[in-house]
Amino acid sequence: MTGVSEPIGVLPAVVAEEQRDFSVRIRRNAEYVVIPLIALAASVVLFSLFLIAIGKSPLTFFALVERGGFGTAFSLQNTLQRSAPLILTALAVAIPARLGLIMIGGEGALVMGGFAAAVSAIPLLGHVPPLPTLCLMALVGVFVGAGWVGIAGLLRYARGVNETIASLLLTYIGIATMNFFVEGSFRDISNPNKPSTKPIGEAYMVGKIPGTDVHWGFAVGIAVAIALHILMTRTTFGFAARMTGGSMRAAQAQGLPVGKLIIACTMIAGGCAGLAGFFEVAAIQGRANASLIAGYGFTGILVSFLARHNAIAIIFVAILFGGIVASGGLVQRRMDMPDATVLLLQGLTFVVLLVSETLYGRFKIFQVAGAADRT
Amino acid sequence: MNQIPVLIVLVAMLGGALRVSTPFMFVALGECLTEKSGRVNLGLEGTLVLGAMCAYAVSYHSGSPWFGTLAAGGAGAALGALHGYICKLPRVNDIAIGIAMMLFGTGLAFFFGKPYIQPTAPRLGSIGLGDWTGNPQLASALQINSLLIVGILGAVLLNWAFTNTRWGLIVRTTGDSAAAAKAMGISVDLVRFLATTAGGFLAGVGGAFLSLYYPGSWNQGLSSGQGLMAVALVIFARWNPLRCVLAALLFGAAGALGPALQSVGITQGYYFFNAAPYILTLLIMIGSSGSKHAMRDAPSELSITK
Repeated sequence: MTGVSEPIGVLPAVVAEEQRDFSVRIRRNAEYVVIPLIALAASVVLFSLFLIAIGKSPLTFFALVERGGFGTAFSLQNTLQRSAPLILTALAVAIPARLGLIMIGGEGALVMGGFAAAVSAIPLLGHVPPLPTLCLMALVGVFVGAGWVGIAGLLRYARGVNETIASLLLTYIGIATMNFFVEGSFRDISNPNKPSTKPIGEAYMVGKIPGTDVHWGFAVGIAVAIALHILMTRTTFGFAARMTGGSMRAAQAQGLPVGKLIIACTMIAGGCAGLAGFFEVAAIQGRANASLIAGYGFTGILVSFLARHNAIAIIFVAILFGGIVASGGLVQRRMDMPDATVLLLQGLTFVVLLVSETLYGRFKIFQVAGAADRT
Repeated sequence: MNQIPVLIVLVAMLGGALRVSTPFMFVALGECLTEKSGRVNLGLEGTLVLGAMCAYAVSYHSGSPWFGTLAAGGAGAALGALHGYICKLPRVNDIAIGIAMMLFGTGLAFFFGKPYIQPTAPRLGSIGLGDWTGNPQLASALQINSLLIVGILGAVLLNWAFTNTRWGLIVRTTGDSAAAAKAMGISVDLVRFLATTAGGFLAGVGGAFLSLYYPGSWNQGLSSGQGLMAVALVIFARWNPLRCVLAALLFGAAGALGPALQSVGITQGYYFFNAAPYILTLLIMIGSSGSKHAMRDAPSELSITK
């Protein structure tokens, strides 16, 4: 960190050096903002061309996305509501990514965490006041999610099992497990329409942030993102994790506890996704059922990559994609387009974004002499 | 008393293995070819779904399921080519691109597939290998689709090509050492591009089987991870096309466990048995990933086993 507290009697040359250093950092870091923005713009252009090709108006489309996602106070609050699980599932991708692991098990951890939270509340309803019940549910959600993704981390460390495939397989297993219990032993018999667990009831639901229609999950998501950002950038743990991400072998040679780091980071990731599941159950659905499988885990992957696995950037990207997801229904009705439109837009953005990776280091403006050692 | 249901379950599993295994087989063969050249395509799940949609749509419009199958292969090859092209750009991660292609392929299929959920398209026919037995259950279990035979022949051909032809040698060299391939004057990027495209073609054909034969209709829940499991299956098969066929049959049998038990009245753990193939895949990955024996056969350039 440069120029934070200036000791007395510092030589002018050093100050100048530090100021130059600061501008160098700005210029170098600008690359990590500009290139994802280029990618985003390019995917908007490509998607517009696609819409023109199938005879739809891109202007109408993006106007509807704007209106359905951000235009009115109601739609904005809906967007923030949807961005809460996206922040958490994106963090579930971002934290292992710092270690160089591509984990995509967020959807499974969300489903398992939400289901476990809903089940843990059943014996307490009516006996224990709402606040302790919710705290316990949140803890259960976090720990089940952490354990779920932690399995993939453990397998990666102990057996060298590819973490990407393992985490996605665990997602399918998690969804099947929830279906198994929701159709079977935990099914609420009084609800014949959709297999679900017993509802936790209005009194036990997570409340809204005062003055808004947005539940507390959004605030908690932001708090977790900030906390994890501090953990990953300002602590020894974060430093060790990033070093392992740079080169796992070098980290091992340095004597860093690589295995513990992998398991800790994957468990943090799973905990985030499990927390998202808890909020989906306790603030939106009120019970665990197939509605939990809403694709938040998969959209979170894209959010994390677009934010370059930076926890603070994730908050903003998650709000953007929360808006796109929220406007899906409006676009579907007004433009007579399938509900998969949003999925297609996401897939296209993801591909274009990864292609843009190749642009790093190609623009002279971001390259500053003598700054190669800084990232 | 107990023996009859057990027999029925076993026959149903045999039938299931022969029916369900074909998409696994095609995707695994495609992935095997791609990985032999030193690149991983995790996006074959998306390819499978897009292939299924294209096959159904083209079969519906043209009236010929074989045109549909070809179209599915073509769509798969296009996605594979896109993957192959993007991966050759510097600094691009082939695993991340695979995830993106999975979302993209699924998105494309769901977007254009919406109008085809209702109508019925002409399907691929089957060959009754078990008709002579006179046992209706065995006969229906041995109803074999011609794509299964194509897949097995394809595996034999691929295996022969890997070991006996110049092309096979080029692919294997590229997969084992890019530097050696370059020294031989081979364009590594071109070989991997072609191998990924051909792999995508095979995976697309696997998708055609899903929508045109079994389950035999197009809907959004058609594939749930088969494409991904096939990628794991290649590791289990140790990058050998013939072992890919055997592994696919094993997976087919595991996938048929739930429906087979349901057919004799055991419906209790239906969802649990649905998870059987995923659990089997995970166990297989745990078993084969750690072992030196399995990893010896891995192409050395592969990012997935490093």
